[in-house]
Amino acid sequence: MAIHEGLQLLFYFGLLIALIPILGNYMAKVLSDQTTWLSPVIGPLEKGIYRLTGIDPQASMSWKTYSGSLLLFNGLGILTVFGLQIGQSWLPLNPEHVQVNIWVALNTAVSFVTNTNWQAYAGEAEMSYLTQMLGLNTQNFLSAATGLCVFAALTRGLAAQQKKELGNFWRDLVRSVLYILLPLAIVLAVALVSQGVVQSMAPYETLTTLEGAQQIIPKGPAASQIAIKQLGTNGGGFFGVNSAHPLENPTPLSNFLQMLSLLLIPAALCWTYGKMVGSIKQGTVLLYVMFIVLFASLAVALWFEYQPNPALGITQNWEGKETRFGIMNSVLWANNTTAASNGSVNAMHDSFNPLSGMVLLLNILFGEVIFGGVGAGLYGMLMFVIITVFITGLMVGRTPEYLGKKLEAFEIRLAALAVVLPSAFILIFSAVAVLTPSGLAGISNAGPHGLSEILYAFSSQANNNGSAFGGLTASSPFYTLLGSIAMLAGRFGVILPALAIAGHMATKKSTPASAGTFPTDGFLFASVLIGVIVIVGALTFFPVLTLGPIAEHLLMLNGKVF
Amino acid sequence: MTTSQIFNVTILRRAALDACFKFDPRQQVRNPVMLVVTLGALLTTGTVFTHLFTGESIQFEVHIALWLWFTSYFGNLAEAFAEGRGKAQADSLKKTRSDAQAKVIKDGQTVIISAAELHKGDTVICEANDMIPGDGEVIEGIASVDESAITGESAPVIRESGGDRSAVTGGTRVISDRILIRITAEPGESFLDQMIHLVEGAQRQKTPNEIALNILLITLTLVFLLAVVTLKAFTGYSESVTNLAQSDVTLPVLIALLVCLIPTTIGGLLSAIGISGMDRLLQKNVLATSGRAVEAAGDIDVLLLDKTGTITHGNRMASGFICAPGIPEKQLAYAAALSSLADETPEGRSIVSLATEQYGIDIKKSDTYTFIPFQAETRMSGVDEKGTSTRKGAADSIFAHIEKQGGRISETLKKQVKEVAHRGSTPLVVSQNQQILGVIELKDTVKAGIKERFMQLRSMGIRTIMITGDNPLTAAAIATEAGVDDFMAEATPEDKLKRIRSEQEKGHMVAMVGDGTNDAPALAQADVGVAMNSGTQAAREAGNMVDLDSNPTKLIEVVEIGKQLLMTRGALTTFSIANDVAKYFAILPALFGGIYATGTPTGPLSQLNIMGLASPQSAILSAVIFNALIIVCLIPLALQGIPYRPMKAESILKRNLLIYGVGGLIAPFIGIKAIDLALNTLGIF
Repeated sequence: MAIHEGLQLLFYFGLLIALIPILGNYMAKVLSDQTTWLSPVIGPLEKGIYRLTGIDPQASMSWKTYSGSLLLFNGLGILTVFGLQIGQSWLPLNPEHVQVNIWVALNTAVSFVTNTNWQAYAGEAEMSYLTQMLGLNTQNFLSAATGLCVFAALTRGLAAQQKKELGNFWRDLVRSVLYILLPLAIVLAVALVSQGVVQSMAPYETLTTLEGAQQIIPKGPAASQIAIKQLGTNGGGFFGVNSAHPLENPTPLSNFLQMLSLLLIPAALCWTYGKMVGSIKQGTVLLYVMFIVLFASLAVALWFEYQPNPALGITQNWEGKETRFGIMNSVLWANNTTAASNGSVNAMHDSFNPLSGMVLLLNILFGEVIFGGVGAGLYGMLMFVIITVFITGLMVGRTPEYLGKKLEAFEIRLAALAVVLPSAFILIFSAVAVLTPSGLAGISNAGPHGLSEILYAFSSQANNNGSAFGGLTASSPFYTLLGSIAMLAGRFGVILPALAIAGHMATKKSTPASAGTFPTDGFLFASVLIGVIVIVGALTFFPVLTLGPIAEHLLMLNGKVF
Repeated sequence: MTTSQIFNVTILRRAALDACFKFDPRQQVRNPVMLVVTLGALLTTGTVFTHLFTGESIQFEVHIALWLWFTSYFGNLAEAFAEGRGKAQADSLKKTRSDAQAKVIKDGQTVIISAAELHKGDTVICEANDMIPGDGEVIEGIASVDESAITGESAPVIRESGGDRSAVTGGTRVISDRILIRITAEPGESFLDQMIHLVEGAQRQKTPNEIALNILLITLTLVFLLAVVTLKAFTGYSESVTNLAQSDVTLPVLIALLVCLIPTTIGGLLSAIGISGMDRLLQKNVLATSGRAVEAAGDIDVLLLDKTGTITHGNRMASGFICAPGIPEKQLAYAAALSSLADETPEGRSIVSLATEQYGIDIKKSDTYTFIPFQAETRMSGVDEKGTSTRKGAADSIFAHIEKQGGRISETLKKQVKEVAHRGSTPLVVSQNQQILGVIELKDTVKAGIKERFMQLRSMGIRTIMITGDNPLTAAAIATEAGVDDFMAEATPEDKLKRIRSEQEKGHMVAMVGDGTNDAPALAQADVGVAMNSGTQAAREAGNMVDLDSNPTKLIEVVEIGKQLLMTRGALTTFSIANDVAKYFAILPALFGGIYATGTPTGPLSQLNIMGLASPQSAILSAVIFNALIIVCLIPLALQGIPYRPMKAESILKRNLLIYGVGGLIAPFIGIKAIDLALNTLGIF
């Protein structure tokens, strides 16, 4: 790695860390229903929406009502996106007359509503401008806002003192979109357009290249969608190859901005969390945990990507990478996007060396809690926190308490469910895929690499990441259907337990800390939390990872590649 | 308790047999982790039998099956052993509950009936050498009682009517004198019966933390079940890609892997930990009504203690008379003795005897006296005789009483009262009509070593609050001497209750130690109420623990046991999970050895055999054997609990993580390698 790459790495993380408290404090104000400096502009719009929809923003909801509203809203979202795709032939703004089949449409609808943004489709070939804007791009905002709602409700539940209500879902939703996601997306979209990202409603252009061949240049309202795809940890690209496409990510600066926005909200939410539970340290400790794991995985991935590949006799692995970004920026992006449940790519993960590929896979298998999705990463992390507090509480001889509240069988049951449910779907569906002809039909590479492709596909969907390893033909009914189920389970199988825990914890009394209380904001707790996350992930998937990337790595050392 | 007591041969023999009966499906279902092991053992045994028919080799499968049965058996053994120790105690208790005779007073006549026919409210007489036939309260007389049957303490204790030492327990023996007892428990519900039920563990209910842990263990078991079942598919894929003719991944091997991964160490020892906790408590001579209360004790952060009898020795004795200006000593002494004539408390008696000793005053009871008993509201007692009313009581209540009648209180007197209080003694003021005669000084001594015990509580994160009926000055002096964090002076029973409620409102977990009847509401309200065995029956019934030694700082031990229970569970869970890493490294290379092999019998994945285990079979078998033996090795730890020392929570965690987490990571690598070497040396594989 060159010196300028190292400096860029430092600058990147330095800037990110500097932005965390600023955005974190701002989001805490938004989610605690306080006025912000944007209120004079957005306030009237917010009130207008409440009046128009007849929402009473003051009506606080129990966890069941909150969950019900959330499910209703997301259910309608799936129906809308599905309907838009099926009907796009008859709807306006389809200059290229593109069409999509019903399986891919279902998978895409679920994918965008669950903030997964797994792409079984290729945007320029299957989605009309209307579908992209009204369906996909709208869900980019709404799915991220849904994550923020669950985060806010859980945080309020943990901080509340003997209350029954968690807040109002509709108000949280409206405020998340208006105050957080829209302003950030507008700023980023303008910045991206300045770098040459396309934003146009015109039909595709046909050009003659220098070599004399004909090439179709796809266009569309890309910049507006890419901004929120990064900020909302959605990751679904406007074009098929995502941010590797020159019209989606043309320059090193556009690359830098997209990488920054990719981690921005999930990182700042840790600060917001600390602010909202009344102790910044409770939030920053989670941030440390995330950064430590992120840096460790980044270091391993960089190490293996800069290693020579003895089988191919090359010194550095450039396969599947864009020369305008280089290896460091490709690995940094890949590591961030898998850690942060984003899923956008600027290089092909399929082409990474086996063990750096495994690091990306592990980032996802850890449950998308290292930054993770907007809101989703933190509420997922809090499920791990509950398990960790339980184990450490027992080990210090005290009924486990988090933020002064006792954890009981109810919380443990739901947190354990939320932690293992996505893993269960990954294992079962991957096993089904290798056992059935329709599953095996999808893989394009032989041996251990084929197994990694399948495992990656289901991990990415069940943990709502959305990035693709590549190589797998994921548009068959088999993969689209199982994928849809995995995405739904991975999203709502965590959201519902999180909200139930929020509702249950809200009713509890908080105990003042004493010498016997184990502090959950220190280094020791952070280490144990990291241990729990890594061990749960590693123990569950060690056997299959051995047969996939590890076997491939050992074979590569023996000169055999797939 | 010593190690030799843990491994009592008789109990061990009985447990070895009882453990066999625990294969009963109804019992197995209660412990899902071990149920999986038993089912695995059954399936493997089934494989052995099918191999007998098909003529395939069975040597490896027989070994696996055998060790799986052992694993399950060892879990049963741990539980049976813990129960066995309780049963042994129950048996010795049952012996004391022989068919004692009771001398019941009915219509003024003494009738001898069997103790089993006694009912609540009956009055019985017990004389020297009589067995007390049932739980009750002494209503008349004083006697020394041998309570060794329940406390194990051979020195006799005094039981007397009135005051806070009135409760007697069925099955104990009167050594001298004669007492009248009112029976307070129906047959079959007595203290001794409760104790027998508890130690037998018949109705042991899972505690809240145990339930939560069980959920976590079941979840882990399910995850590993999924990981192992799907592994068959993944290896199938890899084997077909390699064109392997025969799979190494057979049913017994998968079951072996599953059993090694699921948390059998904690699963097998979980109920033994709980049972032994109750058992250890009993060995400390504390009787808890439920495991829940013991667990709650570990969470206590506020402790309320009644001063008298807990912090101080409790036998406040009159030590001197201090006269008001112009009053002769003899007049004060006479009035003091007169006002205490009907006072049956130890304090009252001590006043009478001090007056007799120092001034030869001897007053006979006569019909002309109207005795005014002590009332919690007026906090006075005394005698009315021919227009003269003599009162004694707390300074402020007597002062109020005098002022109400238009009397005046001199500054000298107030100073005298203060001086007594400053000394940590209790001043009682004596008055006759509107005149104050002087002060009786009651001296009470703080128990030796109590300050250190409170220090220890503080380092456990427990705040101590002393409750006393004394005035604030006396209370402050004693509080300083005893080293409590806070005190409540002039507390009425309602005040105690209020204080507990307000602490609980603030989210604290409150323990209350008390012995008197007026402590009963507070004992019932507290999260952990420890009643002194020497106390009244009402107090014993209100609390959820009874300390047979009547030692108030026993709470330290109770807290320790509560904490040990949780710590042992947490530590063994961590140990169990940490073990899995080594087991993966033992078993996976054995399963994947042939995968992606080109030309050679072993493929690239055999490089994962970092322990250098001899053969795939010996590797798998070694892991299974290690997994089974570790349960046996940890039975003593489960029964004794891991040691608790009062330190900061972080230090405790660091220590336990190091021993059980890091230790749990390393130990199986060494253990499995050693077993593998042994198997090879013995030539088994």
